[in-house]
Amino acid sequence: MNIWVLVLNYLRARPLNTALNIFLLGLGIAVVTILIIVSHQLQEKITSNSRGIDLVVGAKGSPMQLILCNIFHVDFPTGNIKLNEAERIAGNRLVRQAIPMALGDSYQGFRIVGTTRDYAGIYQGELSEGSWWSAPLEVTLGSLVAEELKLSLGAEFSSTHGLARQGHAHEEQSFVVAGIFQKTNSVLDNLILTGVESIWHVHDLHAAVQQERAQGAEPRIPSRLVPSVAAGDSTLEITSLLIRYRSAMGAIQLPRWVNGQSRLQAASPAFETARLFSILGVGVNVLEGFASLLIFISGLSIFIALYNSLKERKYDLAIMRSMGASRSRIFFSVLLEGTLLTFLGTCFGILMAHSVLFALQATMDEARMSGITGLVFYREEGIILAASLLLGILCALLPGLQAYRTDISKVLAGN
Amino acid sequence: MVVVSSLTYRYESDRLLSFPDFAVEKGKACLLLGNSGSGKTTLLHLMGGLLKIREGKVEIEKQDLTLLSETQADRFRGKHMGFIFQRNHLIPALSVKKNLLMAPFLANLKQDESRVEEVMAQLGLWDKQHSKVSHLSQGQAQRVAIARAILNRPAVIFADEPTSALDDHNCERVIHLLLNISRENQCTLVVATHDQRLTSMIPKHIRINNP
Repeated sequence: MNIWVLVLNYLRARPLNTALNIFLLGLGIAVVTILIIVSHQLQEKITSNSRGIDLVVGAKGSPMQLILCNIFHVDFPTGNIKLNEAERIAGNRLVRQAIPMALGDSYQGFRIVGTTRDYAGIYQGELSEGSWWSAPLEVTLGSLVAEELKLSLGAEFSSTHGLARQGHAHEEQSFVVAGIFQKTNSVLDNLILTGVESIWHVHDLHAAVQQERAQGAEPRIPSRLVPSVAAGDSTLEITSLLIRYRSAMGAIQLPRWVNGQSRLQAASPAFETARLFSILGVGVNVLEGFASLLIFISGLSIFIALYNSLKERKYDLAIMRSMGASRSRIFFSVLLEGTLLTFLGTCFGILMAHSVLFALQATMDEARMSGITGLVFYREEGIILAASLLLGILCALLPGLQAYRTDISKVLAGN
Repeated sequence: MVVVSSLTYRYESDRLLSFPDFAVEKGKACLLLGNSGSGKTTLLHLMGGLLKIREGKVEIEKQDLTLLSETQADRFRGKHMGFIFQRNHLIPALSVKKNLLMAPFLANLKQDESRVEEVMAQLGLWDKQHSKVSHLSQGQAQRVAIARAILNRPAVIFADEPTSALDDHNCERVIHLLLNISRENQCTLVVATHDQRLTSMIPKHIRINNP
């Protein structure tokens, strides 16, 4: 016999009540925990995905869309920009690095990105097998793409126009897998990388490219963005340009300069993601409010359960006192009961949150592509646990004091 | 050995209860007799340290209860006293065995399982160890309460109306059980009752005559 056995037996003696309290608190804790995990990982993903990119330049439209599409690869492109215009931007003295992006095609829901090796460099992409793309229509796969589509080196596939799973297929051109990247835990894992030329090829612009090639004998300056074509080409287009500034001066001057050009716009990932967070924040706040309400109600329910059960238990308490238990020991056992209840509820909630995320990831492609995992624990969850123990003590305080103050003689004489 | 001297108790309602001086020798039994409202239970609670003594003196095994702090009194009570009430007040959330083990646990004594088995055998509860309290008959529950009271081998057993809810047959059985048990365990037995059936079985009587 010890205090734990006593308290556990009391909880077991009211199985429905105990289960309800654990479930109620668990639900609130689960919502909070899911919010913590998702917002943590989303924030990590977003900052790690936009790290190293100071500015995105693309066609006019929504700046948020430009960022979502070109950095996180979730939204649709705003339109195309001329290669020669992009070259002008890239040539600005405030630009340290400019990476061209040609989007618009996909395969089985994974986006094909026409770009340069510098793009993979942003995410420290390294090859795990095969080689980098070199010839047009060669691709290097992100690790998740290779894993999900079970594509190996040398495999061929034809892309789909657009970013949806179903769409017009470019059947006449097929891509060849040249290599596969190592896992980077960034957006790179979900992408199929190839040269910008490949995208032009697929879209029948290859004619233009071939033409350029044919003229290759003539002296020409290669484009600073896509060296295989000549600089100043007015027919070829790309989707956007990812830019790194040479200095902080760039942040001040470059966006204004770009936005001043009629057909281009510049969007700052830092600014747009902050805006995104503030928009998401409303939803998160609502959910947090809902979770707090649940936790409050469960605290109230635990308080009422303890309070009522102590009313029934006043003889138990008196008899325990008559057997030598001190007031403080009785008080402690009531506190322990409340705390144990919230501890169990919180453990249940945290476990539930992680299993929900784990199950989502195991069953839904979208969840898998988002890269959010339920297998990571955060420090905040420890704080939640500590706070819930405090809640337990708080809920049990009044019933405990009531037990502490019980006049045993009166109770025992009162029957 | 229980000694009571010049003991009074005043409730908030200003009702003054005064009690006669008396002593019960070790291993002996005595009855506290009186009408209901005469203060039998109050006296029993004062002797058991359940009520704080304000005037007068109670000595149990040469320990003056008035000298003990509340926590000390709790501890002393757990080690040296056993209580039996009219209703058995077992803890319904616990099994019979755990109910019994509460006695040494709360008194901070060693939890001796063989002692539990011994006492249960003594009271004919051998097969009830793991029963739920709610599955016991009235008589069995009463015996479990007695087992719990004597488990720590207390020096004194206080019983408050232990038989008033019982029929003649069970009344006799319980009182014989209490007498035998206290004789075997060498403990003093103090029974507060208005049950006249007991007067012939326990010769030493203390009359309490508060109006």
